[in-house]
Amino acid sequence: MIRTTVGGRAMKVIESKGVHYRELNREIRRLVAAGEDRLLLRGVNGQRYIGAGLRGTARLEIEGTAGNNLGAMMNGLSIYVHGNVQDGAGNTMSGGEIVVRGSAGDITGYAMRGGKILIQGNAGWRVGIHMKSREDQQAVLLIGGKAGDFLGEYMAGGTIVVLGLDIPLQQEREGANPLIGNYLASGMHGGTIYIRGRIPAWQIRGQVQSELTTPEESPQLRSWIEHFAAGLNLDCSALSREIFTYLTPQGARPYAHLYDHSA
Amino acid sequence: MPRSLILPEFLVHRDEGRCTKCKACIRQCGFGVHAEEPDGRISANEQRCVNCQRCVVMCPVSALKVTANKEIGRENAYWSAERLREIWRQAESGGAILTSMGCDRNYPVYFDHLLLNASQVTNPSIDPLREPMEIRTFLGRKPEKLSIAGPPGEERLAGPLPPGVRLEMPVMFAAMSFGSISKNTVLALAKAAKQMGIMFNTGEGGMNPALGPFWDHMIVQVASGRFGVDSAYLEAGRIIEIKIGQGAKPGIGGHLPGEKVNEEIARTRGIPTGADAISPAPHHDIYSIEDLRQLIYTLKEATDYQKPVAVKIAAVHNVAAIASGIVRAGADIVVLDGLRGGTGAAPKMIRDHIGLPVELAIAVVDRRLREEGLREQVSLVAGGGIRSSADLLKVICLGADAAYLGTAALLALGCHLCQRCYTGKCSWGIATQDPSLTKRVDPEAGAERLVNLLTAWQHEIKEFMGAMGINALESLRGNRLQLRGVGLPQNELDQLGVKQAGEAM
Ligand code: SF4
Ligand code: SF4
Repeated sequence: MIRTTVGGRAMKVIESKGVHYRELNREIRRLVAAGEDRLLLRGVNGQRYIGAGLRGTARLEIEGTAGNNLGAMMNGLSIYVHGNVQDGAGNTMSGGEIVVRGSAGDITGYAMRGGKILIQGNAGWRVGIHMKSREDQQAVLLIGGKAGDFLGEYMAGGTIVVLGLDIPLQQEREGANPLIGNYLASGMHGGTIYIRGRIPAWQIRGQVQSELTTPEESPQLRSWIEHFAAGLNLDCSALSREIFTYLTPQGARPYAHLYDHSA
Repeated sequence: MPRSLILPEFLVHRDEGRCTKCKACIRQCGFGVHAEEPDGRISANEQRCVNCQRCVVMCPVSALKVTANKEIGRENAYWSAERLREIWRQAESGGAILTSMGCDRNYPVYFDHLLLNASQVTNPSIDPLREPMEIRTFLGRKPEKLSIAGPPGEERLAGPLPPGVRLEMPVMFAAMSFGSISKNTVLALAKAAKQMGIMFNTGEGGMNPALGPFWDHMIVQVASGRFGVDSAYLEAGRIIEIKIGQGAKPGIGGHLPGEKVNEEIARTRGIPTGADAISPAPHHDIYSIEDLRQLIYTLKEATDYQKPVAVKIAAVHNVAAIASGIVRAGADIVVLDGLRGGTGAAPKMIRDHIGLPVELAIAVVDRRLREEGLREQVSLVAGGGIRSSADLLKVICLGADAAYLGTAALLALGCHLCQRCYTGKCSWGIATQDPSLTKRVDPEAGAERLVNLLTAWQHEIKEFMGAMGINALESLRGNRLQLRGVGLPQNELDQLGVKQAGEAM
């Protein structure tokens, strides 16, 4: 183990290449428990469950590709990945922040109920399913690129923003919005989704209502974009006049009509 | 609204000679059946009656009787009254019919076709009043071998054992969430579990802060909706149970109707007040055994390998192969929930037409795991329709380590099996969040009733064991020689792995 100095601050370095996840994570847990507040994981190549279930205020920096379920069920850490992450980043997390310089795989942010995830690139399928919010904390998922099918399915709370930086939008009115796939927000019954550009009705699965806004008009949206830009050190000022579609649920009980509730 | 064609399912008979017009029935009925008329008479709107018997039990002068209404049309052996009623209801509502508790249909009950053995002369029975009987049970992964280290005379186990949980008797309270049942009911279960040295299960609704004193006896559940799952919750539980399915609705997600989602429940679950709490059918991060392995290990990593992880599935046709995969995926405990398993709300057709009786499920899984050399590594828990200590012992002989009690526990608390938990109006104060009803379950008194039930079963179990000449439950586990089948065809006996009654050892 060595120490290095990044940005003027001392950091423990864990050489992670070829280390089994169980050993790596045990070491991370041990160091975080010992009060280490900055760790640099070098040469990460797919190790799973990094930071899973951890609490506290430590910062983990990861160089390489983090494996599945990065930061799953964690509450409080801040994780910064110089690279991509595989599936399930932030799965069921309740607090803290995951910032990804690259892209993220499927089920990113599944059932997260607090904390923030910032993805500079694209996110996979089934992202943000079943997100929730608590009175003291809102789950927030900010995606710089685009996302796949089932984005925000069964969403019960929190916020998803898809920016599509550098992705050209369709010009025809009924053309597909390229930032999302199919089954957007199906079964959504809480929370808010902002997608850059217009979304044709056929691309929305029902159960939600859509309106248009811009970051200039919507302070909420603007503050999330600013947070994203600051977290990833990007310039997003060009987005301020872009049109965003803003989705909220039609009702809190999307499936009530399917059942006979009489006694 | 057009007039309903459906005649009431139950009839309320009031003996006017006895009735003193005290109005207790009006207060007691959660379904709003009884009402005072302008002329002082007490009337009954029978359309609303669900036959929960609360008013009957509580009427101080025993003036009430509630009976099934048989005369609803020309029912026959094929078109039963229930089928007629279902069709009329759906013709009026256009919805899937909801119901609660377990499958009530007339499928074979294998428990009732199995008889236990006893000792006579050749291997004497044991007197449980005099001899100690070991009925403690340990749940969790068992190491394949133990290594001993240390100098002679001071040998110790080398290395730690996998985490396990001790039960003072082989039963636990099944997953019932705060939301589907009231907080007082959860507290009664928790108190009784603590007193009896067994476990209760939060279900998928998250953890109420009032459960703090009972963490040592708490199983926390992680279901597809992940309600209330955070690091504090995972740390609090002794066992973490991944719920894949439940016997009452295999393949169907959980669905707490918005009527029951009050502010406190919404806070615990992290959803809007009054919103349906939807647990989708699959976990959207599990589409394979390999994915399940990842959730199991996420939970193990998140809790530093300090807790056994259980996986609960509904018993379905391919249960043996699935259970084998679950063990290989790293589960420490496999829970099989059978056809008769209860629920707070399920579509009736699903509840009544999907699944496998738990007797068969345990028998085939136990056999498969033994064949594959996996049985000793895991614990097997049976859920779904255990009605008595005899059922419990039979399912242990078929291969279970322990059993979950759900319906039986609620019955002990006063439930009368009306199957209307999904309405949130339970007159017994169990499956409701209405404060005027929930206060009917007193956590202390409720816990005492549960403790009484389990104490009685404990004694019965010891008597059964004594009769069989067995003084440790361990020797009964999967011991099918202690069972014989009556009235079962050969292929059913074969599936159960049990001999025909009359055949000797
Ligand atoms: S208390 Fe129960 S049995 Fe009595 S009228 Fe109401 S629903 Fe019927
Ligand atoms: S818990 Fe209540 S509503 Fe449910 S079956 Fe029992 S008495 Fe009926």
